[in-house]
Amino acid sequence: METLVRIEHLSKNYVQRRHLTRSEFTLQALDDVNLTIRRGVTLAIVGDSGSGKSTLARCLALLEPSSGGEIWFDGKNLLALERSELSAARREFQLIFQDAASALNPRLTAVEIVAEPLRIQRAGTKERRRERALELMNQVRLPAHLEGKRPLEMSGGQRQRLAIARALALEPKLLILDEALSSLDLANQEMILNLLADLQAAHSLTYVHISHDLRQVSRFADEVAVMNDRTIVEHKSAAELFAHPKNPYTQELLIALPSLETICADRASQEVR
Amino acid sequence: MESLLQVRDLTIRYPGSEPSPAVDGVSFRIAVGETLGIMGESGCGKTSIALASLGLLCKDDAIVSGSIEFRGDNLLSMDESELREIRGTGISMIYQDPGIALSPVMRVGEQVAEVIRAHKKWSWGKCREESHSMLARVGLFPTERIYSAYAHQLSGGQLQRVVLAQALVCGPALLVADEPTASLDARSQANFIALLRELKKGSRMSLLLISHTPEIQASLADRLMVMKDGRIVEEGDFDRLYANPSHAYTKALLRGSRSVRVDGGREAEWIDEKQAAR
Repeated sequence: METLVRIEHLSKNYVQRRHLTRSEFTLQALDDVNLTIRRGVTLAIVGDSGSGKSTLARCLALLEPSSGGEIWFDGKNLLALERSELSAARREFQLIFQDAASALNPRLTAVEIVAEPLRIQRAGTKERRRERALELMNQVRLPAHLEGKRPLEMSGGQRQRLAIARALALEPKLLILDEALSSLDLANQEMILNLLADLQAAHSLTYVHISHDLRQVSRFADEVAVMNDRTIVEHKSAAELFAHPKNPYTQELLIALPSLETICADRASQEVR
Repeated sequence: MESLLQVRDLTIRYPGSEPSPAVDGVSFRIAVGETLGIMGESGCGKTSIALASLGLLCKDDAIVSGSIEFRGDNLLSMDESELREIRGTGISMIYQDPGIALSPVMRVGEQVAEVIRAHKKWSWGKCREESHSMLARVGLFPTERIYSAYAHQLSGGQLQRVVLAQALVCGPALLVADEPTASLDARSQANFIALLRELKKGSRMSLLLISHTPEIQASLADRLMVMKDGRIVEEGDFDRLYANPSHAYTKALLRGSRSVRVDGGREAEWIDEKQAAR
């Protein structure tokens, strides 16, 4: 399988000032991150809060400038592109966030939200954009009568699907999902995962899921990369990682999470609850 | 078993929003020492129930009918001064985001002491001592350093423990926890749940636990209530619901389910029953 993204020696610093003395200090959020993402794969990047995983997602999506290193996307270094080339490059990858409610403009209707990227990129006429938006809503299994509804009139699962429809509008190659399933209950998570799997097959998509929940990613990831202390410490196929974790940090993460079956079995063996 | 909390026909409407009620004729009880878990997707009414139990629904924003009896007295017919007596000492609540509950400009230990001072007429010295002791009981060490720290100096897991200390320090009979581990990473989650289990073991405190994570409910709940669209779908002992759910939605929330494919590959939309027929 060929490579879609190659991240090399990526680093990200934030320069901040101390409150009282006004002297500067540097906060390092990413430290020499190296990662290869193969085309068509579903990769999960897992780590505790503070590990740098959300920063990595934002740097990859070019929402934040990186401090050093290279991001090779389909043969081009995103960090070295001219401004004129950036607009075209941004169509290739899209980011989906944890809280769909705050990622969607509450004053726009569903169809307007999905059509917005097309409008910004000046694609087609207004009528054609609406048609395409309706088609995308159909693909994410949102019923047509939701067209004129606003995000806060929809359920959490529907909002997340709307965010996915919007992300697909420009036909990206890569979807980055930052804790996109975390606020959903299990039933909705399953629905979204099934939908994502179908979309992946239909559109040859590559997924990067950012998650703090190893248990959750074990249900769907092909590959897992573990982040600790601002860098990637282990990256393997999911099967291999869960069966034979090599890095001590990964092992720690796995031990902390008993499965539902284990917990329920423990309940049965307890005499006093 | 005596009921600590008895909810009867609770209906909550938010005028100006959806025509259907957020909570629609819900009845349930919590016994002394019992943990009742509530599961359901966002918008099912679980948070509204939690807020109503603490008298936190503003009378201008919500129309409430039915009754919530705490130790036999209806919370919904109490005035603010009566409710203030109950909050902290009778019923306490912790939320998903500990950052919101804590002041950024006051040392966290002082914020726990402040809660004691508001409810008991003790000297500041005694309140501080008790605060130290509570911080230790929720596993925050070194206690001295944590006491003097500001919120931004602590991790999410530590902050949630501080907020828990605040909630428990006056010994409430009922703790309401609304997605208490949702903003914590996996290991902090596991630690926090273990802490709750330990604290519950030594006391007769009841717990109303809102969480959409099955593993968390499995770790703590005696009974479980599944809600959807403001109504109770199913309720009963956790073990029974896990082993033998009566309703497909319960099964889906606890274990997930293989989606049912009907009509040329489209998933059955039973989750979103509010939709008009296709």
